[in-house]
Amino acid sequence: MSHQAALGERLAEQGISRRAFLKFCTALASMMALPPGTATAFAEALVKAMRPSVIWLSFQECTGCTESLTRSDSPALEHLIFDMISLDYHHTLQAASGYGAEKSREDAMKSFFGKYLLLVDGSIPMKEGGAYSTIAGRTNLDLLQEAAKGAAAIIAVGTCASFGGIPNAKPNPTGAVPVSDIIRNKPVINLSGCPPIPVVITGVLAHYLTFGGFPELDSLGRPKSFYGETIHDRCYRRPFFDQGKFARTFDDEGARNGWCLFELGCKGPTTHNACATTKWNGGTSFPIESGHGCLGCSEPNFWDAGSFYSALSMPASPLKLTADAAIAGAAIGVAVSVANRIKKRAAKSAHETATIADLEK
Amino acid sequence: MNLQSMPLELEGEEGCSIGSLAALLAEIAARLERLSAGGKGSAIDLRALPFAPQEYEALRGHLGQGEVSVRIDAIGPSEIFETRYPGLWWVTHCNAEGDITSDLLEITHIPEIIKSHPHDIKAGLASFRAQLDREMQ
Repeated sequence: MSHQAALGERLAEQGISRRAFLKFCTALASMMALPPGTATAFAEALVKAMRPSVIWLSFQECTGCTESLTRSDSPALEHLIFDMISLDYHHTLQAASGYGAEKSREDAMKSFFGKYLLLVDGSIPMKEGGAYSTIAGRTNLDLLQEAAKGAAAIIAVGTCASFGGIPNAKPNPTGAVPVSDIIRNKPVINLSGCPPIPVVITGVLAHYLTFGGFPELDSLGRPKSFYGETIHDRCYRRPFFDQGKFARTFDDEGARNGWCLFELGCKGPTTHNACATTKWNGGTSFPIESGHGCLGCSEPNFWDAGSFYSALSMPASPLKLTADAAIAGAAIGVAVSVANRIKKRAAKSAHETATIADLEK
Repeated sequence: MNLQSMPLELEGEEGCSIGSLAALLAEIAARLERLSAGGKGSAIDLRALPFAPQEYEALRGHLGQGEVSVRIDAIGPSEIFETRYPGLWWVTHCNAEGDITSDLLEITHIPEIIKSHPHDIKAGLASFRAQLDREMQ
């Protein structure tokens, strides 16, 4: 891919007009909480920016982060990311494979040493010498450490790369850790979310190209412009929370009227992300708008933070028990489990609606 | 189900106003005064303000629509109109699906996006001359 052309030239080649790009930058500036008057300067700087080399490494992940970006429903906007950068290595997207693919990574690291951006999705397994995930015979740890040496900055894309994510969930069999546990001598920005919102990735790259650095970060290394507020802060169901109107099952009057999902386990009040404003699928909706509470996927340890269907006011961890009590509890648990399975089978055969209690068993 | 289609019960006009409108109108007046005195233009991002739905509608009613309106088609439509107060423009950009991507009040002589950029004028001129040459041959 050419590194010579500035972004403006690339856009012109593709028939994207200056006004269309200004619109894009206005929307980005709005989402990044930049003063609206800066959109023009933002666009002017961005069209002159030279496209940086980007190496994208995928480790213990499900490819959902890449899917989020490439399958987004507004190609004219989110896909501009591919005009802003020169994606020199991404083993899922690139045409080359095998030795050819690895050579393109090595060439980019050599040619743009100290200048390239390193994007990482997925966590890094540390147990058994990293043997749980290897690429071209090399461990993820080895590849990350090598690529990080010449990187100008590192962007951890998704919750797995940011905080360990699902691979890091108990009992964490592979010893999965996030990028920031390994790389401590380079700027690392976390774009958490399972998957992250596509425009967050685009926005952070645009900010980097325009201002030569990352936007202000929160205590977890996430850009405040996207993660500065909770889902609850910006939720359109918030007035119902304030009025004390809650859905208590997924098909009661409250659910039908679109009341607050707090009592159904919504993690919106403790989850920092921009879903409620940017939304998903081309601005169609976000999980709460579809009638399901927020899972809290952009927060550390979201998978181990108790049931998705328990209200935040319920304790996430069970009380500690003595060994005897634990054994007795386990025996009771087995009995209850058997009884629940019988109940579930009976409900299935009678076509009864499953309850939240059923989902938690 | 979106907010508009939800049977949200509003508990009286006073209970729903969160006081944004009065503050915004005072801010607009101050900015128009600056522009009128020869100062630089500026913009207010309406999506960044915590409006109650009826406050947004009240703002529309308060500002009204003047005699100039512009539509731009560039990766979706943009609706731009001057309010009944000269120098105060309402600029709404939508994406290709018609969803609003930005909603601004611009306090300026003419919104930046309407102006033709010097580079575009230059490129357009080259294209114009090429067409003229073809027709002359």
